Amino acid sequence: MMQTITCECGHSNPYGTSLCQACGKPLKQDVEILSSMRYEGSARRSQTYKQTLVDKIWNFFSSVKVGVWLIVIILVAAAIGTIFPQETFIPPNVDPATHYESEYGTLGLIYYLLGFHNLYGSWWFILLLGMLGLSIIIASLDRGIPLYKALKTQRVTRHDQFMKNQRLFSKSSDVELDEIKYTLESLRYKVREENGNLFAEKGRFSRWGAYVNHVGLIIFLTGAMLRFFPGMYVDDILWVREGEKASIPGTSSEEGQYYLENNDFILEMYDKEEKKFNSALSSVDGEVAKNYQSNVTLYKTKENHTIGAEPELEKVKSGEIRVNEPFKFDSFALYQTDFKLNEFYKMSFELEEKATGNKFGKLTVDLHDPKKEYDLGDGYKVKIEEYFPNFVLNDQNQPSTVNNLPDNPAFVFSMYSPKTPEGEKAFVGIQKNIDSGENQFKMTFAGIETKDLTALTVRKDHTLWIIALGGIIFMIGVTQGLYWNYRRIWIKQNAGEVWAAAHTNKNWYGLKKDVEFLSDKTNLTPLEEKETASK
Amino acid sequence: MLKKNRFWFRSALLAILVVAVGYTIYNSMNEESGTYISKGDTAPNFVLTDLNGKQVELEDYRGKGVFLNFWGTWCKPCEREMPYMQRQYEKYKDQGVEILAVNVSETNVSVKNFVDRYRMSFPVPMDKQREVTKAYGIGPIPTTILIDKNGKVVERTSESLSEKKIISFMEKIKP
Amino acid sequence: MAEISSTLLYSAFIIYLFSTLFFAMSISDKKGKDAVHTKKWGKIGFISSCVGFAAQLGYFITRWMASGHAPVSNLFEFTTFFGMMMVLAFIILYIIYRTNGLGVFAMPIAVLVIAYASMFPRDISPLIPALQSDWLKIHVTTAALGEGILAISFVSGLIYLIRTVDQTVSSKKTLWLEIILYSLIAVVGFIFVSIGFKGVGYETTFEMMDDNNQAVKVVYDMPAIAGPSNGEQLDDSFGPLFRTPSWMNGVDASIKLNTFIWSLLAGAALYGLLRLILRKRIAAALQTKVKMKPDLLDEISYRAVAIGFPIFTLGALIFAMIWAQQAWSRFWGWDPKEVWALITFLFYAAFLHLRLSRGWHGEKSAWLCVLGFWIITFNLIAVNLVLVGLHSYA
Repeated sequence: MMQTITCECGHSNPYGTSLCQACGKPLKQDVEILSSMRYEGSARRSQTYKQTLVDKIWNFFSSVKVGVWLIVIILVAAAIGTIFPQETFIPPNVDPATHYESEYGTLGLIYYLLGFHNLYGSWWFILLLGMLGLSIIIASLDRGIPLYKALKTQRVTRHDQFMKNQRLFSKSSDVELDEIKYTLESLRYKVREENGNLFAEKGRFSRWGAYVNHVGLIIFLTGAMLRFFPGMYVDDILWVREGEKASIPGTSSEEGQYYLENNDFILEMYDKEEKKFNSALSSVDGEVAKNYQSNVTLYKTKENHTIGAEPELEKVKSGEIRVNEPFKFDSFALYQTDFKLNEFYKMSFELEEKATGNKFGKLTVDLHDPKKEYDLGDGYKVKIEEYFPNFVLNDQNQPSTVNNLPDNPAFVFSMYSPKTPEGEKAFVGIQKNIDSGENQFKMTFAGIETKDLTALTVRKDHTLWIIALGGIIFMIGVTQGLYWNYRRIWIKQNAGEVWAAAHTNKNWYGLKKDVEFLSDKTNLTPLEEKETASK
Repeated sequence: MLKKNRFWFRSALLAILVVAVGYTIYNSMNEESGTYISKGDTAPNFVLTDLNGKQVELEDYRGKGVFLNFWGTWCKPCEREMPYMQRQYEKYKDQGVEILAVNVSETNVSVKNFVDRYRMSFPVPMDKQREVTKAYGIGPIPTTILIDKNGKVVERTSESLSEKKIISFMEKIKP
Repeated sequence: MAEISSTLLYSAFIIYLFSTLFFAMSISDKKGKDAVHTKKWGKIGFISSCVGFAAQLGYFITRWMASGHAPVSNLFEFTTFFGMMMVLAFIILYIIYRTNGLGVFAMPIAVLVIAYASMFPRDISPLIPALQSDWLKIHVTTAALGEGILAISFVSGLIYLIRTVDQTVSSKKTLWLEIILYSLIAVVGFIFVSIGFKGVGYETTFEMMDDNNQAVKVVYDMPAIAGPSNGEQLDDSFGPLFRTPSWMNGVDASIKLNTFIWSLLAGAALYGLLRLILRKRIAAALQTKVKMKPDLLDEISYRAVAIGFPIFTLGALIFAMIWAQQAWSRFWGWDPKEVWALITFLFYAAFLHLRLSRGWHGEKSAWLCVLGFWIITFNLIAVNLVLVGLHSYA
């Protein structure tokens, strides 16, 4: 059962209390009053009872020592993660299993094998953050509540031993109490009086700063955790060619699907001749980018749009997207992230008779949707037998394609003419035109059209307001706790003498200035500092 | 009385935190599962034109198991699993399983050559604008999504499939 | 305008040097007229540091006018600004505590920071798209102010250690203290060798293959002790003694390593010279000059953390996150600079917990303040120069 300790002043304190909440008398032997004052000598709940496993876990996380260790471990782990680039920062098309070893040697291999290439997303790092959160919650509950009670129940009159053991203390006689009270009030202390004794305090709210900022941190961590819950977060990338519309991933709902049209992608460079940047620009080899911009139009389909079906689009709005200036709609934002200039779009060829150089018509191949057959009239036609958008010779020396992007297009054409009704085959690529050697006709390159692409990050983040709230509360708490101080001064009449003592949790310098001012203005003996106090 | 309260309060708080952190770790390990179509979800309907110019709509296959595969001609693992898929398709198509091999943004010319070479007889819907690919959150290919007769996703994998695996998949979604 | 700006910075630099001198005068011991003497020179020192600050503020404003953006966009501009914020932080703490001894150390360290900054290219450079945001000035200035104030806690902690570490016997503590002082001297060494070799116009060229197997020329402006990881020297100047390990990234890695080695050597030479002159440990020599009360030093270093920590958090984490959300679409991406800002935050959080809740005062706290400053400088310098990340353009 809950035991209580009744102090000689009559106040009953919870079990484990070291200084009486009301008068400050030490309730146990060997109590170091000053260091106990950190939490007003109140019983830290966790240290009181040690019974169940739950209590043991609780006690473990309640310790500031454990909290500091967690901070230090997270700190070291975070630092290790910066030794080599994380997986997200290595080139996208390399295999991390070989990349770390080839780039950074054996150390890189070890780094990879230990999983440090994905350190911040690893289960143990998240677990550490979770444990830190737990430590913050438990340690704050365990200290904040008793401290609140202790500060609320404190009395004006303090025990002699409590007074004597304060870092700043003096005894005087013949002092005008009203004068002291008046002076303290002029220093904006809140003064209470009881049986001719005084208690002055200032900035008590700063004692709550630590707890407020911990609440902020917990809210912040909660927000960070919610990131992983379905529906809270969208992170995707959208590539759109100039002049084309594309559906925006993650924006599909029963109300319809959003589409985005890329009207124009703009890349601007700084003018090397510009006077003010002249010397800086002439010292770099390439050009320096001034602006990346996409001019876009947002559309939405009708309700209940079926994916893949021809969309019936209604214009929503137009806008410009620049780095630092995202484009927002609903709860989404689009960010300028990347671009690709001059991607091949259409290629033109002419059918040419080798011997005469005569040309028999021109065909234009849409590299994203080539036709099977191009009829040039008069019995001339060209068939595409094979198409390799990104041509490469594979391991077996066969023509193939790296991927579906038309970065290095190549074709196998069949050319038909009245003279060659059987057709002649030729392999045509960029700066390549190969046939059996007996062909009468060939495909002559006749121009290319290109398009720019823009890449936009699609983002929805419903956790932002929680993160922001946590950040704001943290800043309020940390300011409150560090820019203000809780200062207390006690004056006690004691058998003809007047005892004065003062305490603060930090900034002794400020408190000393206050008590100096007090003793200057009144007859109070200057408060003296105990030498050993700070050691 | 107080002691009991304390025990329950502490246990409850610890339990909530353990669950929250555990769930976060679980989700961070399977990052795809949180955001995109995954096990247990209803497969979103889509409509695409296949290589032969026919409209293919997912909803029409309700009542059948659907082996939904995303692939490209240039992707080696995709190429490897196609013959297996074709062989098992021939066995299972009469048992109510359909294969839809969605091609990711390629040209009819390339895909036609490929389909002819491997004599693929199942529908090949052409996702030229990557609409379906985006909606299903397809990252690497091949990705295979198994849909049961009620339109629910029962499996999603980005592995290159062995024939044995394909058989086990077929068995799984057989109505 | 750009010329006025650099003249102002130069003047500020000189004035700061004088201010150091005045503060040193104020604590130089002349028995008898102690108080008056100290007060007079302290006042002159303080006024001169304010004047210097005003001059540097003038540099900042005129450079802003000349370039059209807040001059905190590259390493030179940022590091000078950091030096300026150190001076501001010193001024604030001087107003609170009126301690001349702090000036004797704080001012020369600020001078060192600014001199170090001037070794980077000083051209006014245009802003790349990622930097074109109001958050550039808000985030960078606030973070620098926070770091400047935290730097004062280092200064005060350092003086505390000089004042209190027992110099009669040689111990781990005296060794570490010498290492700290040596590293400050190595910065002086870096400045000397940079100016020296630039003065004589030294240059040696290598040709090496870069990551894409393209031949590139690498020009050293100091004799090559550490050569590039591959490739040949094109002239017959002093040859490299060894090759830079290939895992050090980038074309400039070997130049940076070489400069670093030169700085350490020059620092060692200067340090050795000082030891020869003083005939005792440098900290021991300084100890006889420092008369400040340890309690006061402890208080100042703690107070600096208390003031600097919220500002640092606001600038280097919160404003940084807001900007990152706007520019990169995510408020946090584990970029090395971000991580090291977080590490700094965690470190000072641990410091505050140890101090407020576990009673780490005095010497322990002073060592921590020194370590904290090491983390800050690592983030300012090494992360930009060594680790690869999104901030490497700065």
